[in-house]
Amino acid sequence: MDKAAKDVDKRERIVKRIARELRDGFYVNLGIGMPTLIANHVPAGVEVTLQSENGMLGIGPYPIEGTEDPDLINAGKETVSEMPGTSYFSSADSFAMIRGGHIDLSVLGAMEVDETGSIANWMIPGKMVKGMGGAMDLVAGARRVVVAMEHTTREGAPKILKKCTLPLTGVRVVDTIATEMAYIRVTKDGLVLEEIAPGLTPDDVQKATEARLIVSPGLKVMEN
Amino acid sequence: MNKVVANADEAIRDVFDGATIMIGGFGLCGMPENLIRALVRKGTKSLRTISNNVGVDGVGNGLLLAAGQIVHHIGTYVGENRLLEEMVLKGTIKLDLIPQGTFSERIRAGGAGIPAFYTPTGVGTIVAEGKETREFDGRLYVMERGLTADFAFVKAWKGDRAGNLIYRKTARNFNPMMATAAKVTIAEVEHLVDVGELDGDAIHTPSIHVKRIFQGELYERRIERRTVRKASA
Repeated sequence: MDKAAKDVDKRERIVKRIARELRDGFYVNLGIGMPTLIANHVPAGVEVTLQSENGMLGIGPYPIEGTEDPDLINAGKETVSEMPGTSYFSSADSFAMIRGGHIDLSVLGAMEVDETGSIANWMIPGKMVKGMGGAMDLVAGARRVVVAMEHTTREGAPKILKKCTLPLTGVRVVDTIATEMAYIRVTKDGLVLEEIAPGLTPDDVQKATEARLIVSPGLKVMEN
Repeated sequence: MNKVVANADEAIRDVFDGATIMIGGFGLCGMPENLIRALVRKGTKSLRTISNNVGVDGVGNGLLLAAGQIVHHIGTYVGENRLLEEMVLKGTIKLDLIPQGTFSERIRAGGAGIPAFYTPTGVGTIVAEGKETREFDGRLYVMERGLTADFAFVKAWKGDRAGNLIYRKTARNFNPMMATAAKVTIAEVEHLVDVGELDGDAIHTPSIHVKRIFQGELYERRIERRTVRKASA
């Protein structure tokens, strides 16, 4: 299998795992990139409303060709459609919603996460800084923060660390980390390995992780 | 009282070198494109711009950047602009990046007469460095200041001759807060109507905030990322 196909497989597992966390009635903010794909895997019988921090509740799928509207975009600046019951509001109202703890679940990518739940995902010193956008507000304000990312860097270095080295996006804010190797819960005692990808041992996951993992007594295999 | 001006050039007649200008829009969506083009024509220099993004290369605020009119930009995300990157690295522009919720609340506060507020966003990160923090109910918050400007350039879908504005879909974004936070707010609209034609219950920005209004000459309404699906048979 080529590298591109493997990447798709990895992402598919991460996205599907997080989709299983969705509960009926949730208001959810999905970050740009991989988290956006979660919308394609909402479990049957579960209705969630997607929030976009640029001022919208009720994001629908990409518009049918020819119906795209320059006034209707998501936070990634992609054209989208609206679901029945959509509402629009200003950016100040949108972030009041986020900061005020009204968003049930926020899913974001990350460059580093550490064992205290701190996250770094916006800046690499020495490289051009693009800006944090709404990420700092989302991690500070959402009720639950889930990180969706590959377990290691492209070079194979761990991204789940004892302590983040990059400038932080938020301190002690992450609740759960979902990667292609594992599903990990951040607790006050440290990182608890709850689920593991088929064919891997807890030791395999630990080897790819700098922070110490506490293996849950109820360790499960991740569904594919 | 007459707030209606003929065009964008007349609307910005008194914008001066060194002015601080808030410019609405999330990327290219909901940006006051006619006012930006007029400001490029006018050639006003040493501007301090407050806008979520700097447009993209050659479009929107990107035009002001390319013309060398901006010396200091305050925003939240500038990933779409290579020219800005060069300018930042060369040190020809000052760039302040702040979290988007803090950015929008600072503008809202500025327009609402609130000089400062406490937010949990950014506590423990570099954006909180040097700022006052305070604990409320067991959680730490950082103090952020309200933001105001000399001018605000906003874009609405409809407006009446008194200055009442209605925005459309996600083109609303930062426009309503910015309209409240400047000494002079200039609104450009796609449709300018007579007083009484808009439903008072549907107004997003009440007329009191708008000093000048005009119907834009040209709306390109550029799409930044066109994503579509095929119609199913």
